[in-house]
Amino acid sequence: MLEARGVGHRHGRNGPWVVREVDLTVAPGEVVGLFGPSGAGKTTLGNILGGYLAPEAGAVFVDGAPLPRRGYLPVQCIHQHPELAVNPRWPLSRTLREAWSPPEALLGALGILPGWLGRYPHELSGGELQRLVVARALGPKTRYLVADEMTVMLDALTQARLWRTVMDHCRERGVGMLVISHDVALLSRVCSRTISL
Amino acid sequence: MLTVTDLSIRFERYDRGLTRTVLTPVHHLDLDIGPGEIVAVIGASGSGKSLLAHAVLGILPDNCRVDGEIRFKGDPLTPARQKALRGREMVLVPQSVGFLNPLKNVGAQVRRAAILGGAAGRDAPGITDAAFARYGLAPAVQALFPFQVSGGMARRVLTATATVGRADLIVADEPTTGLDQEAAQQSMAFLRSLADEGRSVMVISHDLSAVVPVADRVAVFLSGTTVEGAPAGSFNGQPEALRHPYSRDMWRALPGHGFDPGPDRAAGPTWSEGEADGCPYVRRCARADAACADTFPPKRHFGRDFVRCRHA
Repeated sequence: MLEARGVGHRHGRNGPWVVREVDLTVAPGEVVGLFGPSGAGKTTLGNILGGYLAPEAGAVFVDGAPLPRRGYLPVQCIHQHPELAVNPRWPLSRTLREAWSPPEALLGALGILPGWLGRYPHELSGGELQRLVVARALGPKTRYLVADEMTVMLDALTQARLWRTVMDHCRERGVGMLVISHDVALLSRVCSRTISL
Repeated sequence: MLTVTDLSIRFERYDRGLTRTVLTPVHHLDLDIGPGEIVAVIGASGSGKSLLAHAVLGILPDNCRVDGEIRFKGDPLTPARQKALRGREMVLVPQSVGFLNPLKNVGAQVRRAAILGGAAGRDAPGITDAAFARYGLAPAVQALFPFQVSGGMARRVLTATATVGRADLIVADEPTTGLDQEAAQQSMAFLRSLADEGRSVMVISHDLSAVVPVADRVAVFLSGTTVEGAPAGSFNGQPEALRHPYSRDMWRALPGHGFDPGPDRAAGPTWSEGEADGCPYVRRCARADAACADTFPPKRHFGRDFVRCRHA
């Protein structure tokens, strides 16, 4: 169970609260949607769950224990802007295998072409980069996935295909997902319940 | 206003020593935007939509070669002319929020864009206030730095920098990603009002529900080429209103329609590199035959519309 208990965050000591007193749970294998207007704090909450931000208030627990500070984090984030989530000076083969070596079949199912791996990030489109970022996050030690606007940079066909692959992968392995999106039609397709911020 | 004819873009790279590899992500690309028109550019991820935007503005990386012709207001766009006009007569809403300066607050960045766009220095703060209000951003947001604003707010700031000036051509690369439905509609409605003043707008987007209602025409991209040009209305009804099989499959894949990822005929990517000989959709198309694999489909015109498919 991934749990946020009374989580809050603000920028600076006296800044306005971006996220305040949020309680949230995601069970293994469950797909939960997170919805809300732009600026409501969805991404900030995702970053807290993924360990990128230490919350000012409250805490995050995975299976009852606090988020580990070292080693592979069981909660993996797929960020909204893939071009900012990869090292611009690494070839993508290195970025892709940062945490594990994804099997060929998974790369094929995500529509990743072998030719991309020798390139650098600026030589791929946003949607192509995002598929590599998704593959990077699906390692065997991932228990929960935070997908922040995972497919907004993809065309409808690639989006449908990517969701099918990721959902199959997560269902097989009992990985829980938090899906952040503005697309109501998409949330109602993939999620079993939706939370509004 | 903007006419792109037979554009191709090549990336050249030296691998090891003097081994040179050439990628051609854009080829045989045609696009035409008249004054007062919004053209929505939609298509597969990696089909060269952002490259087209960057080619128009002249901000491709150094290892790129551009062939073909881009005309703006009737005259060819040379690198010198691009440099003189960009930020003034033609502007870009970039796709990546990484284009914001991380060390300046977002208000200062919009003020600078207003001055570049021709406003007097003392008018810039007022214009900036109005732009923030128009995009539903509180005045306090002006003092925030890019890392403090959300993805959707950063998107609206980028759109504000492009629309505070008096540019005649606005190229907006995914201006609605990260925005909620209401903010997306407001943003598109403002682009519509700019077009109604006689300016030209090119909108690159995957968000058909936000873009199609305000656009005049749609250009469908696939692996670096334009496979269909159609009135925006064709996307409202049934898939049969579209001519190219790819456009129809894309219509059916929308979460609001079928969420259908399409037949997995080749069990591979939509296209593969170096297949420029045949039709770019040959591996997934239900109507493909042997000739489709060998010959690049010619452009067939229907009035202002066109399609690159032998069967349409």
